[in-house]
Amino acid sequence: MVCRELLHRRLAALLAVLLVAAAVGAFVAEVGILQSHDTRTEEMLEAKQAEADRELAAMEDEYRKYMKELGFNVLILPEEQDLAEFWRTGCAGGTMPEENVRRLAATGTTRMRHLLPIVQARVRWPEKERTITLVGTRGEVPIVGRGQKEPMLDPVPTRKIVLGHQLATDLGLTPGDSLRLMGKTFEVLSVRPHHGSEGDVTVWISLADAQQILALEGRIHAIEALKCHCASTGKETIAEEIRELKDGIRSALPDMQVVVRENKVTVRAKARQKAKEVHESTIRKWQSDRADLRRERENFAAVIVPLIMLAAAACIGLLALMNVRERRAEIGILRAIGLQSSQVLALFLARAAIVGIAGTLLGSIGGMAVIAARSQVGGVPFVFPYPAVVGALVLAPLVAVLAGLAPALLAAGEDPAAVLTED
Amino acid sequence: MMIDARNLSKRYSRPEGDVQALSDVSLAVDENEFVVVRGPSGSGKSTLLMVIGGLLTPDSGRVTVCGDDPYALSPDRRARFRAKNIGFVFQQFHIVPYLTVRDNVLSASMALRTEDTEQRATELIERFGLADRSGHVPGELSTGERQRTALARAILNDPRLILADEPTGNLDEANGRLVLSSLAELATRNRSVLVVTHDPAVEEFAHRTVCLEAGRITGSSESVKIQE
Repeated sequence: MVCRELLHRRLAALLAVLLVAAAVGAFVAEVGILQSHDTRTEEMLEAKQAEADRELAAMEDEYRKYMKELGFNVLILPEEQDLAEFWRTGCAGGTMPEENVRRLAATGTTRMRHLLPIVQARVRWPEKERTITLVGTRGEVPIVGRGQKEPMLDPVPTRKIVLGHQLATDLGLTPGDSLRLMGKTFEVLSVRPHHGSEGDVTVWISLADAQQILALEGRIHAIEALKCHCASTGKETIAEEIRELKDGIRSALPDMQVVVRENKVTVRAKARQKAKEVHESTIRKWQSDRADLRRERENFAAVIVPLIMLAAAACIGLLALMNVRERRAEIGILRAIGLQSSQVLALFLARAAIVGIAGTLLGSIGGMAVIAARSQVGGVPFVFPYPAVVGALVLAPLVAVLAGLAPALLAAGEDPAAVLTED
Repeated sequence: MMIDARNLSKRYSRPEGDVQALSDVSLAVDENEFVVVRGPSGSGKSTLLMVIGGLLTPDSGRVTVCGDDPYALSPDRRARFRAKNIGFVFQQFHIVPYLTVRDNVLSASMALRTEDTEQRATELIERFGLADRSGHVPGELSTGERQRTALARAILNDPRLILADEPTGNLDEANGRLVLSSLAELATRNRSVLVVTHDPAVEEFAHRTVCLEAGRITGSSESVKIQE
């Protein structure tokens, strides 16, 4: 009887079904779109993470190569050297036996590439009446078991002198010129390019000449281990390797102190760490943006979908009321021939339920069509919105029944006598 | 006694003023009796029919139908009482527009289903000459066919009392007579028929006519039925 009635008033029934379908469709589509958004976010996140991992892995290799080339510098000073004084003057006050260099080289360490014994002092240049930094060097000391590396500093032959740029300019000296330094005659071997540092007022002579001038025969101020390298690239592992290197030096030269200078390796490692952090931060920011976008959609849906549902429910209620008004005579005669008010109520509620179920099925299909279309057009994954469809199948007929309840109660409460005596 | 109505009164409260539809009306109808209540429009005929039919509670007075006071029953039991004991026929037919003739006839069984309902519906449809219209909806029927459908529905549950309100009001003479003769025939089978009308032609089929004016019974007369 209910189905016949629906077919008889098919336009009104279709309108009611479409209203339910619109509400359910909006709900299913919105939930599906949000689910697609989540799935897409996960996919994109995985891709971004994989890309970041690839980039970081590539960087890891690059850094490993760079670090092999760059290395870091270690300064070995006598135990008693006041480091504060050293950093202030740039020169060591204490000395150590020159033999220490050979002992260190004899360990055959693989992490140190170049060992340079150094004599370095701030001295008065009486002949020129100025204070200079005097450096005595003899070039690299070969490490046992390893081939000769490219010299870090060209050895300065005896009786030759290399001048800092400022000194050479001030004194008008050029390569080939002769000069007197602390009672000895030297020939200018070369002039160092301008550095804008202490090096511009520094002179380099051979280690032996420096030891003789400074009365430090057989002794040196410091040993520089240049371009030491690490096998690893991580900030923590580099620190661990440096610690091991320092321990190795201390075991060879127990009375020495080892100072690692700020170096490109650690800077690179920091840069790498920073790059990783930037990557992670970028991903976090991207995740946050996606979450914001989802929240915006969710908030929009939280307003629009209930509004559509409310409007649909109101319209369904109104249509049900119109249906009751239209069927007053029918209700009257059904009551007259003996139908109880609960049976009349059941007829109208069944009608509302059928409308709700039909609308839900239609709306679910429509909603999924929207999701599928969006998936096709937008290239987002199609996600079957199970929870939404199941929820709609349960809730929408219930809401439709609730919307039709008041009109159904009105129908059940119709006074048959009044209806049947109307003209 | 099929109907025993005593001192029935009913007043309607309307914005334009109260209307006394029935004033101290008493009426008795026996089994196998066809009674006509005649009166002009607004005389309270339909109100009397509704009160007797258990659809409209009187302000005062008492009515028993088939020995029971329908107003002493709960609304649900009263509805069942109506389904079992009373059949209604109206001037406007009040048949369900989207149901076929057969389904309209069967709609009475929604309230009281019996084992032989389907067969009985078939018999009634044939008896009222509707067999070839059985699958048609009311919109495809003539007014006479509609009223016959309503009549078949009214007696599907084999009620002991038929209440008819202007059953010939919308029918031509031939159809009117057909319906009235059907009602008269029903009154010979342990049933009673009470028709309210202003149509004097109905009296020809009734055993007795009761006149109602301004809610009061003003007279009663025995009729000689045409069939007899």
